[in-house]
Amino acid sequence: MARVVVDVMLKPEILDPQGQAIAGACSRLGFEGIEQVRQGKRFEVEVEGEVDEAKLADVRRLAETLLANTVIENFEVRPA
Amino acid sequence: MTARVGVVTFPGSLDDKDAARAVSLAGAEPVALWHADADLKGVDAVVLPGGFSYGDYLRCGAIARFAPLMSELVPAARSGALPVLGICNGFQILCESHLLPGALTRNSSLRFVNRDQVLRVENARTAWTNGYTEGQEILVVLKSGEGSYVADEETLDRLEAEGRVIARYVGGNPNGSRRDIAGITNEHGNVVGLMPHPEHAVEALTGPSTEGLGFFTSILSHLAAGAPAHA
Repeated sequence: MARVVVDVMLKPEILDPQGQAIAGACSRLGFEGIEQVRQGKRFEVEVEGEVDEAKLADVRRLAETLLANTVIENFEVRPA
Repeated sequence: MTARVGVVTFPGSLDDKDAARAVSLAGAEPVALWHADADLKGVDAVVLPGGFSYGDYLRCGAIARFAPLMSELVPAARSGALPVLGICNGFQILCESHLLPGALTRNSSLRFVNRDQVLRVENARTAWTNGYTEGQEILVVLKSGEGSYVADEETLDRLEAEGRVIARYVGGNPNGSRRDIAGITNEHGNVVGLMPHPEHAVEALTGPSTEGLGFFTSILSHLAAGAPAHA
């Protein structure tokens, strides 16, 4: 069994009010010099056997079908 | 023959009973549809109600989109044949299904908004809005946490150019929706998505007005006319 990681982020042009709220909390907590925070999602997908190109292609298809909404989100797929 | 309007229940749907009641009040027969049955029971139109299908897990509407019922609904709706109204979570499901462009994201305030809301009807030619007049202002209910309509500028321009924005918020933008958009339609005018809740504004006893009933009487007129909708 092996693991594939899918990171999903809102596209840069999509407003991320949650990220903004977190950035606001950073400065209130005294973390200086933080200009922006954007919040995303990380999925850890366990697959049978070794991670090869075919498995990665399957997970990429899963990401664009279900894990990400490509209208508003970008995703990256990589072996863990 | 009385029109039969299906109302779909997903796990986590909340407003299916209210939607069915609105269908009855408008004079049609509501037909309960279950998400796990790939069977539309021969209904003439479908309402996807509000709520939190699948607990809003992953993204609102993202999992409901793949319910067995949707495999029959999506092609029929996409072809222009089957009228579908998606309210709130139903609107989110329509966007996730790519029956409507764009997406619904977290309110810019990050707060759940629950209030009476005035809308301006911008397109009174769809299957679900023909009972209104263009420019008419109606008072309905808004209750959503992820109601901010977003799409790229090109899509927004196209929606406006084609008259596919069917309603806008009046009196201030409650959730950050691009261009104050509260609802849109597809190119055939048979699929309509609306973030606020017309089904909660159909009776004086429980709603702020009865001005939401027009969505449900519109579909009756549309079906009685037997003509395809025009966007």
